[in-house]
Amino acid sequence: MTAPDVPLLTEIAKRIRVHVIRTVLRLGSGHLGGSLSAAEILSVLYFHTLRIRPEEPDWPGRDRFILSKGHAALAYYAALAERGYFPPDELAGFGALGSRLQGHPDMRRTPGVDMSTGSLGQGLSAGVGMALAARIRGEGWRTYVLLGDGEIQEGQVWEAAMLAGELRLTGLTAILDFNRLSQTRSTTGAHPPDLLPGRWRGFGWEVREVDGHDVSALAAALDRPADGRPLLVVAHTVKGRGVSFMEGRPEWHSHPLTREQAEQALAELGVRP
Amino acid sequence: MTVAMRDAYGEALAQLGGLRPDVVVLDADLGNSVRCDGFGRLYSDRYIQVGIAEQNMVGVAAGLAACGLVPVVNSFAAFAVCRALDQIRVSVCQTGLPVKVVGSYSGLAVSKGGSTHASVEDIAVMRALPGMTVIVPGDAEEAAQVTRMLPDIPGPVYLRLYRNAVPPVVPAGYRFRPGKAVLLRPGTDVAIVSTGTMTARALEAAGRLAGRGVGAAVLHVPTVKPLDEEAVVDVAARCRAVVTAEEHSVIGGLGAAVAECLGERHPMPVHRVGVPDRFGESGPDDELLAHLGVDEAAIERRVLAALGEGGG
Repeated sequence: MTAPDVPLLTEIAKRIRVHVIRTVLRLGSGHLGGSLSAAEILSVLYFHTLRIRPEEPDWPGRDRFILSKGHAALAYYAALAERGYFPPDELAGFGALGSRLQGHPDMRRTPGVDMSTGSLGQGLSAGVGMALAARIRGEGWRTYVLLGDGEIQEGQVWEAAMLAGELRLTGLTAILDFNRLSQTRSTTGAHPPDLLPGRWRGFGWEVREVDGHDVSALAAALDRPADGRPLLVVAHTVKGRGVSFMEGRPEWHSHPLTREQAEQALAELGVRP
Repeated sequence: MTVAMRDAYGEALAQLGGLRPDVVVLDADLGNSVRCDGFGRLYSDRYIQVGIAEQNMVGVAAGLAACGLVPVVNSFAAFAVCRALDQIRVSVCQTGLPVKVVGSYSGLAVSKGGSTHASVEDIAVMRALPGMTVIVPGDAEEAAQVTRMLPDIPGPVYLRLYRNAVPPVVPAGYRFRPGKAVLLRPGTDVAIVSTGTMTARALEAAGRLAGRGVGAAVLHVPTVKPLDEEAVVDVAARCRAVVTAEEHSVIGGLGAAVAECLGERHPMPVHRVGVPDRFGESGPDDELLAHLGVDEAAIERRVLAALGEGGG
């Protein structure tokens, strides 16, 4: 693995946030909190970790990525656009009738999207399937799945975690965007931070915990596969990260954004509106 | 000699494994019941025992399909469809991936399993999903043919199978074609349009009706969706009434599909034989089917009533 380009990864995370704010301002509303918390994770994946060819989105040997927390589509599309899958201008059409950029990721419409998601809890199962496909076909791609800490309350996630552990799927890496909030409540009651790693280890996974806004730490955690087991990287994040009045505030899960608020947010990110 | 449909399926699936190295079989711990386990004995590297977790099984299948493989997922119809419905809806139908969902032990005759194990709503549910092909074979030979053809039928497929033996219904030399119905018996008084296990019973009923001077056509519809509308309209237009027959709820299944088609294209009376709006229950298979009005006698009664020649 090459050393992470920290300034680049930091800059891309910032651009993802700027795209998210601008797109939500145009839309009037959108899933802000969980998009902003995932900015560094997506930056590191798309500009450091994944072996992909944006000019050939369906390259059979590519690493696979699944955004299981599909409501962070805004940040996902921003990362794909920055990486060159489609022009960033297209982000303006998010959710418009006929747009390739649906409210939740749609693999039939958007270049670079490997699996459709949006109904929570389904992404890890598909990731297990993709990692198994690599094993069955003797291919070397790795499969990455970004999970939300709210969606891992879905039972299907634990069915998938159990099977991945049983099958010792070394080719599978999950990243948990542990931003501590779902739409209406704290997630730490369901999954206390001190208990959560043990729950995954109990299902046969290796678990690494990092600051999910530290691109170096994320890159290092993702660079090294686990030995004979699937890997979970618990990325401790802040919902709404990067915009002071959104950070840690559950109401910004999905919320209208005024022009004044957008201007303040962009100013905090260091760009002109 | 009649062969249990599940045995014919298992044998054909194992044959398919030898012909198609891209076929992967997933089993939710029912392989010895639904007979997909024979594939696993031959091709263990392509047989994935997912355990008792149908939702995950369907999601894993979607991931496999997204990487160029053809997954065949196996469970009882009740669990494959209803337990994993959102996974079939989102990960399979919304993606259009070629996941083949095989629901065995469909209908009422589920070895006294009762309401939880019977499946009387699966055709209705699967038929409502955009992009889903729904196939309900009428006998062991047809089930085997469909099984061997599964990878060649594009996109998501729901294959509805039966646990027990069913008398042969398709003629010698028959070749299943997706989307095509087959006229098994001509007639100009009444058209019996049937699918799955009810086709054998429809043929039996038609034979009895002939003895009473009633000419009953039997149109077997193995592909419930997309429906062979031309064949349905064609046989209906030559008869005075249509009676549909299926081992499934009268709501949303073949009878509904035929009524929808004829309502738009050739309005005429359509009478549905099937499970009334209720769940299954335990009982010896034949007694249960007769009790719920899903047998050849029920078809015969319904035909006579439709033609106004006696019966209820």
